[in-house]
Parts: sequence; C-alpha cells; structure tokens
Amino acid sequence: MTPPAHPNSTEADVIPGGPLLPGDGGRQAARERARRAKTRRGQAIAFLSSVLVLGGLAVAVFTSTGWPEVQAQFFSVEVFRDSFPGILSAFWIDVQVFLVVEVIVLILGLFVAVVRTSTNPALFPFRVLSALYVDVFRGIPVVLLIYLFGFGIPALELEGVPSDPLVLGAIALSLAYGSYVAEVFRAGILSVHRTQVESGLAIGLNRFQTLRHIVLPQAIRRVRPPLLNDFIALQKDVALLAVVGVIEAYRQAQIDAAANFNYTPLVAAALLYLAVTIPMARLLDYISRPDDPSRGMAK
Amino acid sequence: MSAGQAGDGSAVIDVLSVTKSFGDLDVLKGVELAVGEHEAVALIGASGSGKSTLLRCVDLLEEVDGGDILLDGKVITDPSVDPVAIRKRLGFVFQSFNLFPHLDVLENVTLGAIRSGQMSKAAARDRARELLDRFGLGDREREKPDRLSGGQQQRVALIRAFAPSPRALLLDEVTSALDPELVGEVLELVRELKSEGMTMLIATHEMGFAREVADRVAFLEDGRLLEVGPAEAVIDSPSEPETRRFLGRLHQGGLA
Repeated sequence: MTPPAHPNSTEADVIPGGPLLPGDGGRQAARERARRAKTRRGQAIAFLSSVLVLGGLAVAVFTSTGWPEVQAQFFSVEVFRDSFPGILSAFWIDVQVFLVVEVIVLILGLFVAVVRTSTNPALFPFRVLSALYVDVFRGIPVVLLIYLFGFGIPALELEGVPSDPLVLGAIALSLAYGSYVAEVFRAGILSVHRTQVESGLAIGLNRFQTLRHIVLPQAIRRVRPPLLNDFIALQKDVALLAVVGVIEAYRQAQIDAAANFNYTPLVAAALLYLAVTIPMARLLDYISRPDDPSRGMAK
Repeated sequence: MSAGQAGDGSAVIDVLSVTKSFGDLDVLKGVELAVGEHEAVALIGASGSGKSTLLRCVDLLEEVDGGDILLDGKVITDPSVDPVAIRKRLGFVFQSFNLFPHLDVLENVTLGAIRSGQMSKAAARDRARELLDRFGLGDREREKPDRLSGGQQQRVALIRAFAPSPRALLLDEVTSALDPELVGEVLELVRELKSEGMTMLIATHEMGFAREVADRVAFLEDGRLLEVGPAEAVIDSPSEPETRRFLGRLHQGGLA
C-alpha cells in the first residue's frame, strides 16, 4: 500500500499523473491502459524482429553469388512439373508401407512391453526374449537392418519366406520401430502408479483385468506424444527402403534427378514427406497440450 | 451387533495372531481382532502403528507372515485361496481415493462389479445411479475424477466399494487426505452405511467420529492391539497408559 504523501512533501509533484493515493478510482483503467500498451509494444517488437531475421536470411540467400545456379538446379518449375506426378505415385508406396508398419509396430510394441513388465513366472523366457529383441533391434541402424533383411533373407533360399524387398524391408522397419515403441509403452506402463493396480485388485479385478482396464488405458494416453514422434520418424525412414531397390518417392526422385541432371525432383520428394509429417506434428502438439482434459493424470 | 470373540467363528472378519514384517521392520506383532456382523470397529493409533497394514492384510493386498485371517469363518490366508474371489466379497477404500482418472464417475463405480462378473452391466449401472443420486452425486456421473472435490472423490470411492454389497468394508483413513471442511460429507456417508448395518473395519484419526459410529474401538500401538472395547469406554476412559498417552497427544494437538 502506498503510504499517504506527507503534507509538505514535494515528491508527489514530480510523479507524472499526480500523487499516487490509494483507492484512486481511475487506477483500474490506468492498469488496463498500461497492459494494452505492453501488448502492443510486444507485438511490434515481434514483428520487427521477424522482418529483420527472416528478411536478412532471404536477402543473404537470394543475393548470394550461387543463388541463380541453385535456383535452376533445385527449384526448376519445369522439372518439378514433369517429375512430380511420378514421384507422387511412388510416394503412394511410402504411404502404404508406413500405414501397415505403424499398425504392426503398435501391436508388436504393446505386446513386448506387456511381456517385459509382467511378473508372471511362466512368462520368464518371453521376458528374456523381449529384452534381447529390444536390445538388438534398437541398437542396429535401421538402414543396416533393411539391408540385412532385404539381401540376407532371400539368400537363405528358404521355402515360403517372402523374397520381395518391399516386404522384407517393411519387416525390418517393423522390427526396428517395434523395439523403440516397446520401450515407449513400457515407460508408460511403469508410470502408472502402483496404487492404481491395488485399487483395481481391491474392486475385485484379477491381474489381467487390472492391466487391461486400468493400467494400459492410462499408460497409452500418457505415451501418445512420444508414440507420434516415433511415427513421424518412421514415415521418413520408409525412404530407406530405397537401399534394397524399392522404388518409392525418394528413389524415384533420385532417378528423375539423374535423368534431368537436376535436383528439383528431390525437393519435390521432400515436400511430399513434409505433407505427411507436418500434420502429424500438429496432431502431436494438439494431443500433448498441457490442459488436455482427456489425459486424466492420476494425482 | 454382537462383538464376537476372536476365533469363535461367529464373526465376519476374524484376525488370529497375525504377524507381518517388511524386512527387519515388524509391523504387526500378533494381532487378534474380530468384527461381528453389522459391527463397526474403529482402529486407532499413531501413524506407523500398523492400522493400514492390518486392513491391507485383510483384503489380501499384503500377505500375512504368521497367524490367519478368516472371512465368515473360513481361512482366507491360505495360499490355495484365490485372492480375487475374497476381494470381491470385501470393499476397500484408500486414504488417497485412488479413483481411476481415465474413467468417469459412473464407470469408476461399475467397473469392478461388471468385470468381475458380479453384476450385469445394466444392473450395475442402475445400482450405481441409485447410490450416486442418494448421496448427492447424481449430476456428476459423467465427470472425470479430477473435476471433483476431494470430498466428492472420496464419496465416489466409498460408493465404488460398497455398490456390489460386500460382506464388509475396510476403510483406511478415508478422511486423512481431505481438507477439514470436506471431512463432514465423507463421514456422513460412512454414518449412513453404519445405519444400514454395513460391517466395517475403520482405521481413523477422527476420535469424535470413532466414538459416534464405531461399536468398538481397538487401539493399536507398535504392531500390538493394546486395548479393545466399547467406543466410549476406550476413548473417554482408556484403561491402558499407552492409550491415555496417545489420546492425550491428540487432545493437545486439537485433533479430538
């Protein structure tokens, strides 16, 4: 509280707007004015800073000596127009692969995580195998796995085993991402508090029902953001199938680039990947917003 | 409301010479206690005296080391007994409510009864609605627990525990996590249950409530039941020096 000004004080005279006396009816309006001014000032600064930074970057790029050459090599409208339809149809393969692989990864990851977090002695060997699986497949570069599966398995000449590089590559992707997602699910399961399990048992559920109706729903809700993050990574990594000869968007773009002596097809392919990953990123932001009521965190 | 003697087989819950340790820590050191049909027994004692552990042993959430616990005259602490079947016959309410945050109020109340096969979905819902209405929560059935006050959450937890009409309710300090002004509404519900004849074993720090609702009070200290008797007698004129000390401390703290 402001102490009342001393009758003889001259201090009040130097404060703009007169003496600061408590209970002044105009203060609320003054505070609102000050708040609005602050907001306007903030907006102006953000705008100015954006113009400077982005404009500066644009000027630096477009006035560089190499820009005309880069523009012709990477951003040729003509080449884009010619190659885009072919790349788009090759991208359909990427879409199919990641849709199928995502479903397999969800099931595989959840299964492995449930086995790894179980305490049932009968599942002991499966726990060991799950841990081994995660260690191995999480620790090998995806590109190497695709290579090994795509070329190694057909070389075994086994009866009834697929030899299509597309299928084998998708299997390698599924196993690699299954191991990442298993760890995501496991973290989610372990994050559900022990008292929730006890509460489930106390209402007469058995262990499996408690897992199914109480632990997993909460675990899955909590790990949706890291899960989507892995899916974004997966959608890009489908391009790695190119190493075993699958002609998906990236490989098609490479072929077109070589044929035209122009890199524009690669930019076209990049745009297609962005077209699926950016919506996914926004979805991720949406579901991980802090006030999401459906997350239902235990207190 | 006969106060059955431990071991005579007439009680709903019979605790016989139960011991329980966690590592080197002996939490229960030979506890004997019987809770008769329609009887409410309050367990009092300091934090760490073993109240919660005793309740958790009865609900088979902890395994006893020595002794036995009987439900309706049958031993439930034998390894051959299916704990799930026993827990279906008992209701347990936790200090910190432990509602399921991903389910709404109605689902919280009905999940156990439906999934454990005790009631059809329709019957469980009807029963839950009837109870929620009766206890002033009828308009909250679609809310998630985090939208409710602590008192409302604990009332839902109580309804969840007794909706399937268990043989007995085990209440583990159900008001200890509540703001003081919310304690009343929860105790009111427990009072109602008592008036309906629900058999209850109640760990509590609320001496006024224990005296009012409990038929008998059992004073637990350091893993032993030092004094068991009619509520007024134990609380107003305890015969054991330890009980007097404990109650004296509560009075000093303004808690009783």
